[in-house]
Order: sequence, then structure tokens, then C-alpha cells
Amino acid sequence: MAALYALADCNNFYVSCERVFAPHLEGRPVVVLSNNDGCVISRSAEAKALGIKMGEPEFLIKDQIRQHNIQVFSSNYTLYGDMSRRVMATMTQFAPEMEVYSIDEAFLDFSHLKNDDVLKHATKLRETVKLWTGIPVSVGIAPTKTLAKLANRLTKEIKADNKVLLLQDKYELNEALARTEVGDVWGIGRRNAQKLASFGIYTAKDLSCASDSFIRKHLTVVGLRTAKELRGEPCLGLELITAAKQNMCTSRSFGKPVTSLELLHEATASYTATCAAKLRRQKSCARVLTVFLQAYPFKNELAYYNSKTITLPTATNSTLELLHYTALALKPLFREGYRYKKTGVILSELNHEQTTQTSFLDTVDRAKHQRLMEVMDKVNGLWGKQTLIAAAQGVYDPKKQQNPWLMKSMKMSPRYTTHPAEMLCVQV
Amino acid sequence: MKEIFTLPETTLAFPFEVLPQQALQELELPMLQPYIAAGFPSPADDYLEDHVNLRQLLIRNPTATYLVRVRGNSMEDANIYDEDILVVDRSIKASAGQILIGSVNGEFTVKRLVSKDNKLYLQPANQDFTTLEVTEDMDFKAWGVVIWALHQTAKIK
Repeated sequence: MAALYALADCNNFYVSCERVFAPHLEGRPVVVLSNNDGCVISRSAEAKALGIKMGEPEFLIKDQIRQHNIQVFSSNYTLYGDMSRRVMATMTQFAPEMEVYSIDEAFLDFSHLKNDDVLKHATKLRETVKLWTGIPVSVGIAPTKTLAKLANRLTKEIKADNKVLLLQDKYELNEALARTEVGDVWGIGRRNAQKLASFGIYTAKDLSCASDSFIRKHLTVVGLRTAKELRGEPCLGLELITAAKQNMCTSRSFGKPVTSLELLHEATASYTATCAAKLRRQKSCARVLTVFLQAYPFKNELAYYNSKTITLPTATNSTLELLHYTALALKPLFREGYRYKKTGVILSELNHEQTTQTSFLDTVDRAKHQRLMEVMDKVNGLWGKQTLIAAAQGVYDPKKQQNPWLMKSMKMSPRYTTHPAEMLCVQV
Repeated sequence: MKEIFTLPETTLAFPFEVLPQQALQELELPMLQPYIAAGFPSPADDYLEDHVNLRQLLIRNPTATYLVRVRGNSMEDANIYDEDILVVDRSIKASAGQILIGSVNGEFTVKRLVSKDNKLYLQPANQDFTTLEVTEDMDFKAWGVVIWALHQTAKIK
């Protein structure tokens, strides 16, 4: 049986999530900003038509926002995460296997479908996701994952509402490859595209026609796999098990510059706590901890960036233990007088908690830490992430005193689906 | 299905204002209260049935179900009051006779969908409000079908 893959991709996902709970945004230009209200990361079709570019900093488009009454939102990842889960849960019914590729895309195995049913099935998927979640998706279907990705790109050109494209027929595939720039092929990227252009390879078609030895020489075996996929030869299967991460990082920019070590420490401690919780979720322990910080340029000096890495005596996933080392790493990095922009924590050399070796000289009561962390995760799972925290993270009552280092998210919509106090309200 | 709602960060005054699905999932009310009789075995033991799962009772399709808070009184005669919580299922296709949440010209509303003489109407359940005919040129979109209205009858401190 010939393989057939579908790539389902949510259209302007973050903007679409906002629109589900605010129908007056339909038909109007809407953008969503990145963390700390920095750059545009999602645009409605209307905003694209106004020439708003992806990644554009908000302060550069202030005039356009005013002039065209563009609706601006801070990113609301709690909402987007829940809506993503709903979209993915809805789509699982449509294929025996599915690989969630990112927050807004998934590959589905369509190999089992009869040729006549493929388009009907994809249309049904689209309609069901739209009905159940309100999120519009487009579906590209082809014999390999790379071609499905390419087909999905081409659905953007479809004027009709049903954004479904099946690329299976030889003639249609050839035509699609010829009008796709090589840099737009999944896994090629802009740098490789420049290199390929110097050899006269401009389109996906050109790449698929190049010789294996040429491709291997210039793009390694990874590139060769891509070329084979473009020729319709499946080399990439669905990745059904997500591998545990080898390192993880939590880092945020501050809402406004921070100057004191105390506040810097609170913020960094909070990132450590977030990262440690992630670590426990994937049942890993970290052996190495890195703290980095970044400051704005000061007087005549350049912007300051520095980092410190500590190897722990024993790998751990206890927030309290990691906080101890965070403080140790941060202190020597701090320079008086700078206005700090962001800090971050990287945990690496991760092992599964079961295979973690303990040292003979270990003085930490690990069983006790583990019990405490279990309770903490349970409490925070039930009553929200900030319910039980370490004192080092700083204690703020938002009603009395704004947390001075917390990210800016001035225009965040309510977390409609996950927080009872922010539930969608309807005037009846 | 995984839980969709988590409990709030703040403690709310009313236990039923909180409708996290996870809590509902765990909330099982025994249909018969079993007790251990030291002397004779309970004659009811053979009749003991499974627990009622409130979440299962209220929510048919968790992936497509959303909770919505009511403000206003245009649906009072349909027993939907200010502050009530509606359980809305988006996966049900709207049909006449049902109470819907939908948007009219970009604004949400909750009304009963009524079909009469081949025309569709959004009908309030309160004499002080007027019925709206659904016309071709009107920007009306159904959002979901209201399957439950949850009304709190006692405020518990």
C-alpha cells in the first residue's frame, strides 16, 4: 500500500484562537505579539494585506496600528495551549496515527484511505475541527511528509474556503515542485537555498532532479533524504514518541529593566522553578546548570552578557536544590550599575531519574525532596502554577504591588477555557 | 480525555462557581451509601451500582465543550439566569427548538432558535425582549448548543 501523509496546519493559529472568543474580530486586522509584547508573531489575513510583516517589532508599526485600527494582543499561551490540545484531540479521530509536529500542526497517516475518499476525508477533518473548536485548518496531502508540507504551503493560494490540496498525480506534483522555491522546502532553509542558487538550483523541482552525489556532497545525507522525499520516496515516518529533551531552558525578558541583584535573583529563581517542574514532568534529572544574563549598553560600555555553568555533585530535579545552585551561579555574574534586560536558566546533561547515580558523599535527603516536590507539583497542578512557590521567587500580591520583573503582557485576553474567573461571559 | 479546566489560582467564595472538569471527573457521588454492618451483611450490597460521575453526566464531548457565564436576563423564562454557567457543546449541529449561543454582528448572544413558516428566529425567553429574525444579510453565526444551564441555589461561605 502506497504511503500517504497529511499535514494539517491551523491558519494564523494565535489570531484564530482570539477570534473564537471574540467574534467581533472577524474580518478585522488582528495581530498577536511575542513574549513581553515585542514582535508580531501571528497575523490575520487582513493584517497581512496591510503589509504587516512577521517578526516586526510592535514599536515600528505603531502608526499603522492606529491608522488601520489593528487589534493587538499579547500572547496568551494558556489559551493557545488549551485550544491546541482541543484541535489535536479532534484530529486524532481522523487517522490511525498522528504526529503532533508543533502547537499548530500535525502529520496524519492517510495511507489507509481509498483514493476516492482522501479529499472527502480531509474536508470532513477540516469541517469537524472548525465546528468543535472554531479554528480553521488547511490540509496538504501527499505521498511523503516533505511533499505534504509543500502541499500545505500551496493551500494558501486556494481562494475557496476549503483549503485542502492533494498532490499525488505525477503531473500535478511536478508542477507544484516547479513553482516552489527551494528555500521554502521543509528542512532546506535560507542559507542552503543561497548555496544551491550558486549551482543553479532555484526550485524544489531543480533539487529533486539533482544527482544524489551532488546533494550528499553539499547538503549531507539529511539533504538527500529531503530530495528523495520530494521525488515521492518516503524516508521520514511519523515520529510517534517524543524523545525526552536533552536540555531545557527557561528565559524571559523583563517587563522593565532590573538593576538590583535581589530582583534579578527572584526572576532567575522563578525560571529555575519553571524549568525544574518541566524536568520532573519528563522524569529527568539535570547534572549541569547554567545561568545567563543580559544587560542593556551602559555609558560607553557595550551591552553586557555573561553566563556561568555549574556541574552539580549529583543530578537532581528538586527545585530547592537547583535554586541553591542558581544563587551560586548568579552572584558572581552580577555587575553593579547595569540595567538588566533578561536572565535565563539552562539545565543540561539530563538523565532519567531512575538511572541517576548518587554519590557516597551525598548529604541531601533525596527521598524527602522527592516527596516535597510531588506535593508541590500536585498542589500547583490543582490550584495553578503559582500556588506553592519557593520564597526565593519573591512574593507579590498583584492587587497591592506589581511584580517589577514580570513580563509585559498589557493586552492579554482572558484565559477563557482554563480559569473559571476568566470564563467567557455572554450578555444574553 | 484529559482535564480541560484547572482550579483557579485564588480561592473563590462559592464552591460551585468553580467548574473545573478535572474536579468534576473526580467528583463521584455514590448512588447508594454503603456502610459496613458488623452483624448482618447489608441486603443492599447486591444492588450497589457504580458512582455517578457528574462530569460524564454533564459533558458528552469534552473536546468540543466550553463553559460560558451568563450576564443578563433575556432568557429567564427558559430558566437561564444572570450569573448561571452554561455548558456549551460545539459539536452538536444547531437545530430549531434548541437554545444556542451565537454571534449577531460580532456580538455574542444566547437565544432559542425557532423555525416558523420557513423562517428562522432568535427568540428570547423574556417578554421584555424582542425576537430577531435570522436573515440572509445578517451576520449570524452559531457558536454552540447550550446543553445545560447550571444555576446555583445556595451561596455557601
